[in-house]
Amino acid sequence: MSSPAGITRATLLKDLRLEWRSKDAINSMLFFSLLVVVVFSFSFDPSAEESRQIAGGLIWVAFLFAAVVALNQTWAREIRNQVLDAYRVSPAPANSLFLAKTLGNFIFVGVLEALMTPLFIIFYRLRSLGPIWQLGLVAVLGTWALVVNGTFFAAMSLRTRSREIMLPLLLFPISIPALLAMVQATTAVLVGEGARFWIVLLVTYDLVFTTVCLLLFETVLNAE
Amino acid sequence: MTENSPVVSVTNLIKQFGRFAALRGVTAEFSGGKIYAILGDNGAGKTTLLRTLAGLSQPSSGAVTILGAKKFHDICQHVGYMAHPSLLYDEMSAMENLRYFARLYGISGGGISSGTRCGEVIRAVGLDPDLVRPVGQYSQGMKQRMSLARALLNDPKVLLLDEPFSNVDVHSANEMVQLLARIRDDGKTIFIVTHQAALLEKVADEFVWMEYGEIVERTRELKVESKA
Amino acid sequence: MKKAFPIFAVLTAVLLSYALYEALIGAPTEQTMGNVQRIFYYHVPSAWTAFILFFVNFGASVYYLIKRCSTADIVALVSAEVGVVFCTVVLVTGPIWARPVWGIWWTWDMRLTSTLVLWLIYVSYLFLRRFSSSGQTPLLAAVLAVLGALCVPFVYFSIWFFRTQHPQPVMGDGGSIDPRMLHVLLLNWLAFSCFAFLVCWSRYRLETLQREVDQAHALESLIGPRGGVR
Repeated sequence: MSSPAGITRATLLKDLRLEWRSKDAINSMLFFSLLVVVVFSFSFDPSAEESRQIAGGLIWVAFLFAAVVALNQTWAREIRNQVLDAYRVSPAPANSLFLAKTLGNFIFVGVLEALMTPLFIIFYRLRSLGPIWQLGLVAVLGTWALVVNGTFFAAMSLRTRSREIMLPLLLFPISIPALLAMVQATTAVLVGEGARFWIVLLVTYDLVFTTVCLLLFETVLNAE
Repeated sequence: MTENSPVVSVTNLIKQFGRFAALRGVTAEFSGGKIYAILGDNGAGKTTLLRTLAGLSQPSSGAVTILGAKKFHDICQHVGYMAHPSLLYDEMSAMENLRYFARLYGISGGGISSGTRCGEVIRAVGLDPDLVRPVGQYSQGMKQRMSLARALLNDPKVLLLDEPFSNVDVHSANEMVQLLARIRDDGKTIFIVTHQAALLEKVADEFVWMEYGEIVERTRELKVESKA
Repeated sequence: MKKAFPIFAVLTAVLLSYALYEALIGAPTEQTMGNVQRIFYYHVPSAWTAFILFFVNFGASVYYLIKRCSTADIVALVSAEVGVVFCTVVLVTGPIWARPVWGIWWTWDMRLTSTLVLWLIYVSYLFLRRFSSSGQTPLLAAVLAVLGALCVPFVYFSIWFFRTQHPQPVMGDGGSIDPRMLHVLLLNWLAFSCFAFLVCWSRYRLETLQREVDQAHALESLIGPRGGVR
C-alpha cells in the first residue's frame, strides 16, 4: 500500500512533469513576471522617494497578483476529463492531494517571485538595511499563507459558478491579516527595524490555517 | 457477507438540487456476478445513481450498501469507475497514466509489479502498452478503452461504467463488451449506464429502466418497443 | 410559537422607540463633540450585535459540520445575513460620525478597520452561498465560516499592532464613560439585540418554508402520476 507521503510525492512529481512538458506555461511565466514589474514601475514611479518606502507593499501586491493567476489553474488539469473523480474513487487520501497541489503552487509562485524580485530590486533601487535572510523567511511564510488558503479556496470554487472570480473573492478577505504582516515585515526589514511580531504572526497564521485546511479539505473535495 | 446477500443495495435514495430531484427514492438490490444495464432518458437519474454508488455524490437522504459497507471509502479498493470523460491526463502516455493511478491504489509503487499490472490491463483492452503517444491524441475508441483499463487496474469486484460506449467506434465497442462479459464470467458485478442498449442485448443479465429519478422496471430482456 | 412573534415584535418596537428617545433626547449632550456624538448609540451597539451574530454563525457552522443538520445551516445563513446588515450600519455610521468631528470621512481606526475586514469576510461568505450549486452550499458555507471565524483573532491582532506603530485618530469612547451615557448605550444594545432576534426569527421561518416548498416541488412525483408533465 502506498503511503500518504508517497502519494503526495507521486502527485507533486506528476504535476511538475506535466507543467514542464507544456513549455508554454514556463515561457508565459517568465514574460508575466517581467510584465508585472514593468506595469508596477509605470504605476508607482520608482524614482519617487515615497515609492521606495512602499516598495514592500508593492512587491507583495505583485506577488499576490501572480499567485491568483497560478492558483486559478491549480485544478484545471484535474477538471479536464474529470480526472479528479478518478482520484476521489481511489483509496488515496484527500490530504495527500491537497499537500501535493499546495506544494506545487508554492513552487510555481516561488519561481515567479524569484523572477520578479531581482527586477524589483533593480527598478526600485532597493537596498535592505536589515538581514536578507529575514526577507527570505518572510517570503517563504507569506507565500505559504497565500498558497495554502488559495489552493483550498480554488478547490471550493470548483463547486461554484463564476469559478475564476470566486477564488480572489474568497481568498482576499481572509488573507488580509497575513498580507498586512507580509508587507509590514518586509518594510520593517528593508528599513532595518525589527519584524519579530509580524514574523511570529505569520508563523501562527500559517500553522493555524494549514491545520484547518488539512482537516477540512476532504469535506470540500467530496462536497457534491 | 454470505453468498446470497446482495452486492449492492440502495434504500430510498433521494438526491435533491433545489427544486429538482435527480433521484426520488430509489430502492433496489443487486446481486453479484451480473451485468446490469441502466437505461433511461436524459435526466432520468442514471448518472446520479451511478455516481452515488461510486461515492462521488452524497445523497440528500437514503442509504447505499456496497460490498457490505455503508461508507464507500471502506471498499474503494474493490470498485472501479469509468465515465464518458476519460478520467486520464491528456499529456501523459498510457503507461505513465496507469503507473500514477496504480500508485494511488497502492499497487506496489514503481518497480516491476506495477509495470506488469499496468501492461496487463492495457493489453486486456486491446491496446499497446509501449505507445508513448500522449493519451490526448488517441481516438475516442482508444481513449475509452484506456479509461476502462484504468478502472480495471485494481482488479475491482464491482465495476461502475457511465456511458462507456459513447462516440466509440463499433469495433472498439464490441471489444469492450466482450471483455466485460469475460469479467462478469469471472464473478465480478458490472453496472453500465448507457444509451446504446443494443450493444448489451446479448450480454447484459438485467436491464434496469429509470424514469424521473426512479427505477420503473427491471427486465431480463431488452424489449424492442422500449426506449433504448 | 406563532402567537409569540407578534407580541415580541410589539415589545421590540416599544423598546426601540424608547431607546431612540433616550439616545436623541434623553442622554446628556457630550462635551466636546456635541449632538453628533449621539450616533455613538447606534455605532457601538450595532457593532456588538454584529459580533454576536457572527459568533452565532460560527457556532451554527461548526454544529452543521458535525451533525449535518439543516436547522443549523439555516441559523448560520440567517445570522450571517443580519450580521452583515448590522456591520454595514457600523461602517456607515462611522464616517458619518468622523466627518464632522475630525473632518475626514474615514480614519483607519482600529475598530473601524477591523469591522471592515469582518464585513468583507462575511460578505464573501454570502457570495459563496449565492454562487455555489444548491446541493453543496451548506457544507461549503460552513467550512468558509469556520475559516473566517478563525481569521478574526488574526485580524484584530494584526490591526492592533499596526495601529500602535502607526497611530491615527481614535474614534469612540476614549476614556471613561458617563454612567447615564452607559445606561443609554446598554439600552440601545438591548433594543438592537431584540430587533436582530426578531429579524432573524422571521428570516428563519421564511427560509424554512422556502426549503419545504422546494423539497415538496422536487419530490412531487412520489405522490403524483408517474411520468406526468411538470
